[in-house]
Amino acid sequence: MKNILVIAETFQGKIRKTSLPAVTFAAQLAGKVGGEFSIALFGSGVAGLAGELTGFGAKNVYVVDAPGFANYLGGPWAKAVAALAQQVGATAVAAVSDTFSRDLLPRVAARLGAGMVSETTAIVGDGAGVKFQRPMWAGNVLGTVVVKTPFAVFGVRGTDFDPPKATGGASAVQNASIAFADDGKATYVKFEPTVSARPDLAEAAVVISGGRGLKDKAGFALLDPLADMLKAAIGATRAVVDAGICPNDLQVGQTGRVVAPQLYIAVGLSGAIQHVAGMKNSKVIVAINKDEEAPIFSVADYGLVGDAFKLLPELTDAIRKHKGL
Amino acid sequence: MKILVTAKRVTDPDAKIRVKADGTGIETAGLEYKLNPFCENAIEAAVQLQEKQGGEVVAVTIGDDDAVQNLRTALAMGADRGIHVKLADSRMDSDLAARILAKVFQQEKPDLFLLGKQAVDGDSNQVGQLVAEYLDLPQACFASKLEVAGDKLTVARELDGGMETIQVALPAVVTADLRLNTPRLPTLPNVLKAKRKPVQELTLDALGVDPALKVETVAYEAPPARKGGIKVKTVEELMDKLVNEAKAL
Repeated sequence: MKNILVIAETFQGKIRKTSLPAVTFAAQLAGKVGGEFSIALFGSGVAGLAGELTGFGAKNVYVVDAPGFANYLGGPWAKAVAALAQQVGATAVAAVSDTFSRDLLPRVAARLGAGMVSETTAIVGDGAGVKFQRPMWAGNVLGTVVVKTPFAVFGVRGTDFDPPKATGGASAVQNASIAFADDGKATYVKFEPTVSARPDLAEAAVVISGGRGLKDKAGFALLDPLADMLKAAIGATRAVVDAGICPNDLQVGQTGRVVAPQLYIAVGLSGAIQHVAGMKNSKVIVAINKDEEAPIFSVADYGLVGDAFKLLPELTDAIRKHKGL
Repeated sequence: MKILVTAKRVTDPDAKIRVKADGTGIETAGLEYKLNPFCENAIEAAVQLQEKQGGEVVAVTIGDDDAVQNLRTALAMGADRGIHVKLADSRMDSDLAARILAKVFQQEKPDLFLLGKQAVDGDSNQVGQLVAEYLDLPQACFASKLEVAGDKLTVARELDGGMETIQVALPAVVTADLRLNTPRLPTLPNVLKAKRKPVQELTLDALGVDPALKVETVAYEAPPARKGGIKVKTVEELMDKLVNEAKAL
């Protein structure tokens, strides 16, 4: 795993910033095993974005820019990523674990005969003895994993690695010639983005999440004024998503989005294991819940026991005054 | 239409899991086991498709003899028959599971292979994708809606930032997300009926699968606990802490 290829991701014509902590992972791994890393960017009309990736100490930034890559499809993309990895002599592939890479990377691993570590949170040891840590059982267990194959594939948990630092170095941009091999077995139909004026959950400095304690859409809407004021993203528990109160990509937890904002405000949610797995790395956690025994209080820095319908407007007012709004 | 579907046995998703003192695994004493929640969605989807257009649903599990209990749950939900791939050794990785399931697929030749998007014990989210690549099949992962028309399947996929729709030609691999459906609870008559449904036993030898692992979990530990915080009594006190202590506002 001495030659690591990081897959950067684009979303709606821009580099997806949340995909960049994989660069930090690769830089760390390269340091520990005495190797080097490069970054690859796949897409259609993405060549102009390569310059945003050249300052992080990567040896090369490979660009695969062809019309076929306009939309993602697992089979053809896995062929292309594996082909590039082989062409450039990579012995590891890494990308931040999100719905793009979770779909793609296992197929890449299968093509390359590689072992894959999902949701890697840390690198332990170095040299030939390097190991990897990853959460299991909804984050109740930390597993230490060794990769037994010469080639390794890593899903990287973005909240456990910092955004990459500018190193001042300038990576060489290389146009790689990889064909889009369409097998005709899958066709892209459409993408309907979640329309929201709010920041993306994974990028927001403040996240305010609501649970079943808010009861319904009207109750959930109580989060809006506070979120507006703090420029916060809104998150939800699975119960709220299942009840149709919010769209599914707002679900924070083991099987949804994993977030680690500066401030996480949990309102009317009990703190089920599966939810806590997706937010416990937040810097400061505030919980408001009427049940003083709720498990969320055991991870919260500041817990406030009481009725969210009364306390949330009070808190919103207090913050408004504090901000002089 | 013939559908193959996974029925993985997992520890109770709501149980508090503790690590053994020697770090070799988790404490299993007193733990209950259930069907993986995502497999329940996959099974429900398979049974609904069968109810609409006929065909056969075959449920497959990998594990020791206890895994058959959970396979029976899949049969009670409506699967017609089961396949139990016996694997006494608990050392597994996603790749071995995928290579086993690929072999089962080749024996059964279904039109559709439905799996849970991940198992709530290992949380790897790899198996469906690996199987698809090993069999060179199209995949539609994290499905929240399925529609079959002829030999094509239209799938809505839950992605970060929105909902994507793709169409895949059958045979295909689909992994189920939670919003795909609400899994039915098996009725008592169906539980009884499930006891008489056939379950075929297979071994790795019979399938010709090499048990070698590509990744191995060598140690298990409890994650560092987040330090318990304090309870404040009023919004005023909370504001004071957030502003002056945490400097979070």
